[in-house]
Amino acid sequence: MTPKHFLPKLIILLAISLALLMLGSFLGSAGISWNLSDASPTILFDIRLPRSLGAYLAGALLGLAGGIAQSLFRNPLADPYLLGSASGALLGVGIMLCFAQIGSPLLETVGINGGAFIGALLGVLAALLLAGGYRNSLRLLLSGVVISVILGAANSLFTFIRPDLYQSIQSFMLGNTTLLTWSAVQLMAITLTICLIITLLISPALDALALGENTALTLGLPLAQLRLTLIGILALATGCAVAQTGLIAFVGLAAPHLVRKLSAGRQRSQLLFSSFAGGILLLGSDLLARTLFAPIEIPVGIVTAVLGGIYLLTLLKRSQMGAHS
Amino acid sequence: MNTHQLSIYRGPCAILRELNLHIPQKQWTSIVGPNGAGKSSLLQAMVGLLHYTGSISLGGTDLKTLSNKDRAKTLGWLEQNANTHQEFEDCLNVYDTVMLGRLPHQTWLHLPTPKDHLKVEQALKQTHSWELRGRLLHQLSGGERQRVLMARLLAVDAHVLLMDEPLANLDPPHQADWLKQQKNLLVQGKTLVTVLHEIHFALRADHIIMLNHGGMHFQGSSQDPQTHQALIDLFDGRIRLEKAGNDWVALPN
Repeated sequence: MTPKHFLPKLIILLAISLALLMLGSFLGSAGISWNLSDASPTILFDIRLPRSLGAYLAGALLGLAGGIAQSLFRNPLADPYLLGSASGALLGVGIMLCFAQIGSPLLETVGINGGAFIGALLGVLAALLLAGGYRNSLRLLLSGVVISVILGAANSLFTFIRPDLYQSIQSFMLGNTTLLTWSAVQLMAITLTICLIITLLISPALDALALGENTALTLGLPLAQLRLTLIGILALATGCAVAQTGLIAFVGLAAPHLVRKLSAGRQRSQLLFSSFAGGILLLGSDLLARTLFAPIEIPVGIVTAVLGGIYLLTLLKRSQMGAHS
Repeated sequence: MNTHQLSIYRGPCAILRELNLHIPQKQWTSIVGPNGAGKSSLLQAMVGLLHYTGSISLGGTDLKTLSNKDRAKTLGWLEQNANTHQEFEDCLNVYDTVMLGRLPHQTWLHLPTPKDHLKVEQALKQTHSWELRGRLLHQLSGGERQRVLMARLLAVDAHVLLMDEPLANLDPPHQADWLKQQKNLLVQGKTLVTVLHEIHFALRADHIIMLNHGGMHFQGSSQDPQTHQALIDLFDGRIRLEKAGNDWVALPN
């Protein structure tokens, strides 16, 4: 009964990831070219590879955050944007754009990405403060919703005052993978590594939540510390991904569901697989977004929403039929 | 296990007040009382889930001096009608569920050792649920789940087992099995504390504690006629006790 199928599943997910990355490097709006000498090395190494890697890493961060949110709150509808990070990031971007013309050196060093990151973290912090701590899951979820509404309103005010910024904010909301650079890839790779290591170390204790919080406590688990750590990872991973790619829809919600059957409820595999699934989903969507109507690109967030939505619907339909048979 | 001036709080209000209880070691004690008497709360306070004043000591050591992990290794607790979140599909199989009972013994990496696997196998076999090991917890019937959760409790290998309505959902043959299990556990030197509504099962215990109106009604040996009288008083004379063979049965009046 040891996780004997763990390794094959891991290898399959890795193989899909690698195949998509290869595809991402060779596929471009200039047409498909399998010949390396044909594609200019500059396009390959400076545009396509960082974009593909970056999309994959951002997806992996969102998948991990979504998996944590669903397992921690034991709610299949939880997603990484739930705790106010999305609206916080959006407001951060709005503020940065609004005050960009002032040209203060401080704002310039923070930049739009930094503004999104700080905004996401502050959003989660505000939700935590409003909930009066992290011990009560339901109160935390509700205050996340309240924070989202309030920050969303503030953001609407910005676009109302400065209608010229509407387009930029809208494009951030849809998500964007075209501008990913090597430094963004580096940043996300480091964040993902740190987040994954910590998560994998502490996640087995999450399994005990299947028995209910009280029984988990009587097994001597430090649930409070565990919860705080996981919320921290959730905020960090979401903030990092959102800062680089914008508010890509649905990856965090769908990725954990895609691998739920593979992990047999073991949280260590579930969270690791969620991360892979998120990367695969976002990179796959990115590939579709840039080839489907080439040379016109459609925003990747639209593709993730459609793809993830269709898959979730089939999953739902299948599990319903399973329940009836 | 002894309690001294124990008052148990759920939020700001005291549910049980000034209990001085004696729970003999390596014996079976049953807690009985009408609904809402605070039976479950007493067990929850013992495992540290509820706030209390006064003291609970186990063989001379105050439970508050134990670390969470040591407490988890010493006291095992079986939740009443454990809710397994059926709507959430992240469901463990039976074997992994029982393995959760080994968490207090594992290091921070939580990698199961051969000893953990052995204990899980023993626990599953003792509860006749070894055949269920590959099934998912949320696909089991109520009685099957109760047996698996019992196995989870046994896997902890604690000295003191606190069981809140362990017979819930069990069919008569498995109730009989459960009784046999209790005897085995007593032979192994475990201390058993059960909350039971089935009076005839409660009377199989060595020692009975009766709770009512937020306090202790009576405590004594299950064979003592005084205990029997107190039991009838506890339920306002609405039950009577009759001897059938060697055992006592409770019948509604």
